[in-house]
Amino acid sequence: MAKENLMKDIHEKSAYADLTPGGDIYGSGNSHFFNTGEWRTATPVFVPENCKQCLLCVPVCPDSAIPVVDGKRGDFDYDHCKGCGICFKVCPFKAITFNKD
Amino acid sequence: MAIRERLSGNEAVSYAIRQVNPDVMPAFPITPSTEIPQFISQYVANGQIDTIFVPVESEHSAMSASIGSEAAGARTITATSSCGLALMWEMLYVAASCRLPIVLACINRALSGPININNDHSDSMGARDAGWIQIYAENAQEAYDNYIMSFRIGEHKDVLLPVMACQDGFITSHAVDNITLLEDEKVKAFVGEYKPEKCLLNPAEALSVGPYDTVHYYMEHKKQQAVAMHNAKKVILDVAKEYEELTGRKYGFIEKYKMEDAEYAMVIIGSSAGTAKDAVDELRAQGVKAGLIKVRVYRPFPGEEIAAALKNVKAVAIMDKAESFSDIGGPLGADVRASMFGVCNNVKAINFVYGLGGRDVKVDDIKCAFGKLEEVVKTDAIPTGYQYLGVRE
Repeated sequence: MAKENLMKDIHEKSAYADLTPGGDIYGSGNSHFFNTGEWRTATPVFVPENCKQCLLCVPVCPDSAIPVVDGKRGDFDYDHCKGCGICFKVCPFKAITFNKD
Repeated sequence: MAIRERLSGNEAVSYAIRQVNPDVMPAFPITPSTEIPQFISQYVANGQIDTIFVPVESEHSAMSASIGSEAAGARTITATSSCGLALMWEMLYVAASCRLPIVLACINRALSGPININNDHSDSMGARDAGWIQIYAENAQEAYDNYIMSFRIGEHKDVLLPVMACQDGFITSHAVDNITLLEDEKVKAFVGEYKPEKCLLNPAEALSVGPYDTVHYYMEHKKQQAVAMHNAKKVILDVAKEYEELTGRKYGFIEKYKMEDAEYAMVIIGSSAGTAKDAVDELRAQGVKAGLIKVRVYRPFPGEEIAAALKNVKAVAIMDKAESFSDIGGPLGADVRASMFGVCNNVKAINFVYGLGGRDVKVDDIKCAFGKLEEVVKTDAIPTGYQYLGVRE
């Protein structure tokens, strides 16, 4: 995620003349800079003591909200977790709880 | 030396396409524009151009492929008419919002229904709010000239908007006119290479085109389009001036015919302007101070220029070759009257709907409209609503 954000000067307060023509997005891999976590109305919570690191939850996440480092998942990235609950549904070990906010 | 020829409007545009040699043409045949993709296919088959012709399965696909191709960095054109343009509707707006200077030859034909293949302006008038520049031709010469200029206008960095180069189906597209053509190398030099600042097929620079706009961005991007449309006014005149230096043919937003001392004016678009000029000449010979304003550029709308030209007339007939079913008139009527507001306070205006679905428009029909202007001036009546010209009652 160390990519340079070519769009960093464009934000929700930018004047129309400072936006790219037609909303074109310059550079790649920058969806990371678009925080979708605020859409969430229910939140999965990681329970590390129950987690067997089977990683079933990682590929089903429609965003990139479950970071994996050295083959092990860590806590949720709440800036991008939209609260869909799929990870909660697939976890066989009760290592994820899912509660309405 | 310019080339003297005789060509139909469709042949003239196809001739221009061969000279421009665009990169890609996705198109689907529809009367009366069919000849254009047909001629281009022949040029490709003959090896006269290296345009990639994409025989798509519908006009929605034609515009979608045009958007993809132009975004990729290829100079892209298409041609259509009537229901074909209607099937492009959704994508017309996307081409404009993505700021892709696609050039579309629109061969105006009545929009169904009832189904009809003849000329009126209901197809392109319906697309008037799609964010495309619209330029209308009176004859094959103008169709040729407007088409060549369209690339320079749309592709200008201050504009970056798609352009619809319109001509009247059959009347202009199929009737053969005398025409003066430019040499191939002069057209190529005038139009130049298409070098977009950003494009998808640039391996050095990643780019995404047409992303979702949240509520925080949509309105700002619409404002950008509005500014581009405003900027187009200067660019259209600059390009026309350069074209005049090349050809000696002068173009503006509007063409004024005998307007200097006119008391009765007509505002009209397309081939009927030729008929109306004859009517003006006949009326002048009878002592009626008639004049004509032909609208060449409809989007951006030259409201100030039209209002200034109408300031001193007694009455104006605004001629719409399209219904809008607003119950107050057609699209040109709405735009002209809005432009006159506060500027032409003492000018009476009648909005006529005429020539729908290929209904013939003769010199006498035009004179009849002028007659109605004289009548409202004489009786000091205030015209309300709008009228049909040439309908059986």
